[in-house]
Amino acid sequence: MKVLVAMSGGVDSSVAAARLAEAGHDVVGVTMKLWGGESDTGCCSVSDVDDARRVAQQLGIRHHVWTFTDDFDRRVVEPYVEAHRVGRTPNPCIECNRHLKFDRMLARAEAVGFEAVATGHHARIVERSDGSRCLARGADAAKDQSYVLYVLGPAQLARTLLPVGELTKDQVRAEADRLGLRTAGKPDSQDVCFITSTAGRAGFLSRRLDLHPARVVDDTGREVGELDAVELVTVGQRRGLGLAGGDDARYVVGVDVARRTVRVGSADQLLVSEVVLDQLVWAANASRDSSPRVVDAQCSAHGAPRPATVEVGDGGRTATVRFVQPERRVAVGQSVVLYDGDEVLGGGIVAA
Amino acid sequence: MAAMVGSPQRLAYLDHAATTPLRPEARAAMLPWLDGQFGNPSGAHAVARAARTAIDESRDAVAAALGCAPNEVVFTGSGTEADNLAVRGVAAARPGPVVISAVEHHAVLHPAEALDARAVGVDARGVVQPDELAALLAVTPGVTLVSIMAANNEVGVIQPLAELAPVVRRHAPGAALHTDAVQAAAWLDLATAAASADLISVSAHKFGGPQGVGALVVRRGTPIRAQLLGGGQERELRSGTHNVAGIVGLAAALAAKTAQREAEARRVAGLRDQLAAGLTGLIPDAWETAAADGRRAHLLPGTLHLTIAGVESEALLFLLDEAGVCASAASACASGAQEASHVLAAMGIPRAATAGALRLSLGWSSTAADVDRVLDVLPAAVARLRSAVGVGR
Repeated sequence: MKVLVAMSGGVDSSVAAARLAEAGHDVVGVTMKLWGGESDTGCCSVSDVDDARRVAQQLGIRHHVWTFTDDFDRRVVEPYVEAHRVGRTPNPCIECNRHLKFDRMLARAEAVGFEAVATGHHARIVERSDGSRCLARGADAAKDQSYVLYVLGPAQLARTLLPVGELTKDQVRAEADRLGLRTAGKPDSQDVCFITSTAGRAGFLSRRLDLHPARVVDDTGREVGELDAVELVTVGQRRGLGLAGGDDARYVVGVDVARRTVRVGSADQLLVSEVVLDQLVWAANASRDSSPRVVDAQCSAHGAPRPATVEVGDGGRTATVRFVQPERRVAVGQSVVLYDGDEVLGGGIVAA
Repeated sequence: MAAMVGSPQRLAYLDHAATTPLRPEARAAMLPWLDGQFGNPSGAHAVARAARTAIDESRDAVAAALGCAPNEVVFTGSGTEADNLAVRGVAAARPGPVVISAVEHHAVLHPAEALDARAVGVDARGVVQPDELAALLAVTPGVTLVSIMAANNEVGVIQPLAELAPVVRRHAPGAALHTDAVQAAAWLDLATAAASADLISVSAHKFGGPQGVGALVVRRGTPIRAQLLGGGQERELRSGTHNVAGIVGLAAALAAKTAQREAEARRVAGLRDQLAAGLTGLIPDAWETAAADGRRAHLLPGTLHLTIAGVESEALLFLLDEAGVCASAASACASGAQEASHVLAAMGIPRAATAGALRLSLGWSSTAADVDRVLDVLPAAVARLRSAVGVGR
């Protein structure tokens, strides 16, 4: 099979490429150039491209760089900035998977003759008895990335391979060691690729957004402090609120960007019993009828799954997730992914 | 999705503007210096003298080909280094405004930008207009350097130096005129075409010499300051031990090119015309970027730059590569990623249209088989990409 492996220059995609090549597939490595600005690995992430190319050379596979910087700006970076402008909490990695890796690149791969695209994500694609495929958690629970891949619908899953999903991270590194790959000991990438550790989120956004100071009020409306940038505040946050007396027990429970007001309260006030999701993506086998269904709901990349029921509404455009135990409030803009055991049923974005 | 069938045929190489194979004359001249002969030309003994003789003879040959005196030739490590020495060296020796064309290679563009250079635009064919240059110079007093390339690396457009030089002399009489002739050197008689320039940059590997060696002509009286300091080689203008094999190869390639130039240019222009006519005939909505009307008198014989609607260069290059055809889109950055072209932007081509840019460049070793291969592969690749639909959701 002719397979394109998206090689980021990290150990996971290096091993993904190696496993496919060892299995006898016609493998081509492609490194996506997504971000043209500063990054922690140099401008245009040149050192990551170098690592990917050197691994490809060692494996004896062809390597190309495909440039999607315009699309990345338009589909990931600009929406990320806009979300902050209106007080939402975006997940740019999910949008990159949705619009870049598994749409733009997948379409080009298909156009130039690839039968499948592989990545180094820690997740599995399970074939069910009816022939449909669904996404499932990776073998390494601590490294599982199924949460950021829920945006893969049936059409994407049919063309995607996740060769390291059956391995633990230790096994991936051991495999890289065995093959003598230069990326064997490379640390996992952290955080958002287009934000440098030196500038940070605040530094990045302050160059693209006008940041506005905000009043901090308690639940009676009494002003208890002020902070510099309402656009940088997230529900659930407890640090950097400029509260006198080090009042640790107060969390952000509401952000009103238009009124430049941040509301704080106790941990209890963060608890919600339900959230409404839109921009839904469903697995092929997921029931979309309107009767409630029992699921596990995961609200962040490394959050614990919580028992909940989900009920589809508004003609399938929204879904209401009701937690069995009240859950700490999930910020608007975050994704909630719904599981049946290890299998991903679908997910969506928390609506305002 | 059907699997592509890999082709075992030989490669069709259409990227001569990036680098062209070593000419046999250059190889023969270099071999003694890779195998037995060695020596630092700066020494005072027999081994050094032999190397010095080789450098001196090479300098004579280069001077003859470029129409300058031998002591006006400065050997460098690349065309980029020659361009940097010209731009930065003149600006350092005699500070003042720098004027360039908007379509210069990055080796001129970036050092010039660092000096806050002003740029004169080009017309839709990529040609600098004398009256526009005059207008810019007229409002830019005290210009120290004007740098206008002899021919463009992306689209192959030849600039009318013979018309532009008098404009520089009239409106900026104190300015030195530099021309980046890195692309032009393979095809034009620089002794004529660049006769009006005070500084001329060339690079050996573009005309059949080895990579890693170039030269800058610095005509007598031109103010210039060295950018590499050290042992004082090349009349103090370019310190560093001479690359003897490289310089010998550069001179031999330049001499061979000069001797064969007219026949070669005629033959390759014929191949290029055949390729252009074939491709624009076979591919709907594809046009010659710098010669939309099909008139190519202002183009280098080896370059065919196409704009192809409805495809992306990277996808097209991928299919060409898989089929054994080596081509290029525009300039690539250090990571290998494609960058937006400032040349096409200067020609007024919208960014969306430049997505399907393709440069096919022929050279001294190109054959009719290369042309046939592209005619065989490229239209099918374009059709394939145009028929592809996005992934369903």
